[in-house]
Amino acid sequence: MTVLQMAALTIVALGGLAMVATRDPVRQTLMMSLYGLALAALFFAFQAPDVALSEIVVGSVVLPLILLLTLAKIRGEAR
Amino acid sequence: MFYMSALAFAAFFVWGMLRLPAFGYYQGPYGDVINSFVVFERHATDAVTAINFDYRGVDTVGEEFILFASVTGVALLLRERRDESASEERARVAEGRAGQTSSGVKVLALAVAAPSALYGWYIVSHGQLSPGGGFQGGVIMASAAIFLYVSGEYLALRHMNPISLLELADAAGAGGYVVVGLAGLIASGTFLLNVLPLGTTGEVDSSGTILAISIAVGLEVAAAFVLLMMEFLEQTLEIRQRRRV
Repeated sequence: MTVLQMAALTIVALGGLAMVATRDPVRQTLMMSLYGLALAALFFAFQAPDVALSEIVVGSVVLPLILLLTLAKIRGEAR
Repeated sequence: MFYMSALAFAAFFVWGMLRLPAFGYYQGPYGDVINSFVVFERHATDAVTAINFDYRGVDTVGEEFILFASVTGVALLLRERRDESASEERARVAEGRAGQTSSGVKVLALAVAAPSALYGWYIVSHGQLSPGGGFQGGVIMASAAIFLYVSGEYLALRHMNPISLLELADAAGAGGYVVVGLAGLIASGTFLLNVLPLGTTGEVDSSGTILAISIAVGLEVAAAFVLLMMEFLEQTLEIRQRRRV
């Protein structure tokens, strides 16, 4: 295992912890986007660039976007 | 109770970890078989795309229709009801929101929109040569529309009224994949068998049907995600509108 792979694993582990520790939904969504980016770096370090690309587009772009839109919708209803 | 279960979990976890194969050890035969055949047989240098769009292409048809069905479901659930606001009113609300976008965000988002569409197209069309393919490239193309929204030009996007065009692209992409598959079925009796000539390895047209399928999937995915985004946005705008009344 290279230093890069170990660093990526450590960042993903810390990111997962941060995800769980975050409580506010908007912050959670942004955190998830960053976590998706960390996961993509991990996949890339483990020589899976195709999966890394999928992770970037789905995990850190589309899913957070849809969650943010949903949050905006829910807040609009709550007020 | 918590400590008891934590202890039991730790014990099982360690027990399971002890029997794992060593790091980087690969025992399955399929990866090696594909790796040794893919360049020779399919003229594709990216084995992952070749697997997705050729060796296990039927699975990918299923995955594509999962996306198709879920976007159809979202469109159906979030459809405009009769008691909800008229689109003119909605446009005014959107105009008010657009006014709040800072000019820095506007310039940056507009500057990035066109290159991201082009980059998405590059990822779609070079899936058989380098990492990527229809799915990833399609989402990147869809993100160009998201940048347009972020830049506050959502109204301009709406004025083009692309919904029916997007629906058409979505359906054409999903159907195109099946058409490529049926072409193989008709030509040689096997669904999704390559019917197009193979070009020189390393060029865009090198691997026959993989490129055609990749473009079909890219079209479908891009249209599906833009549709999905627009449905959610419309819904948000509608609710804001209702709140005002």
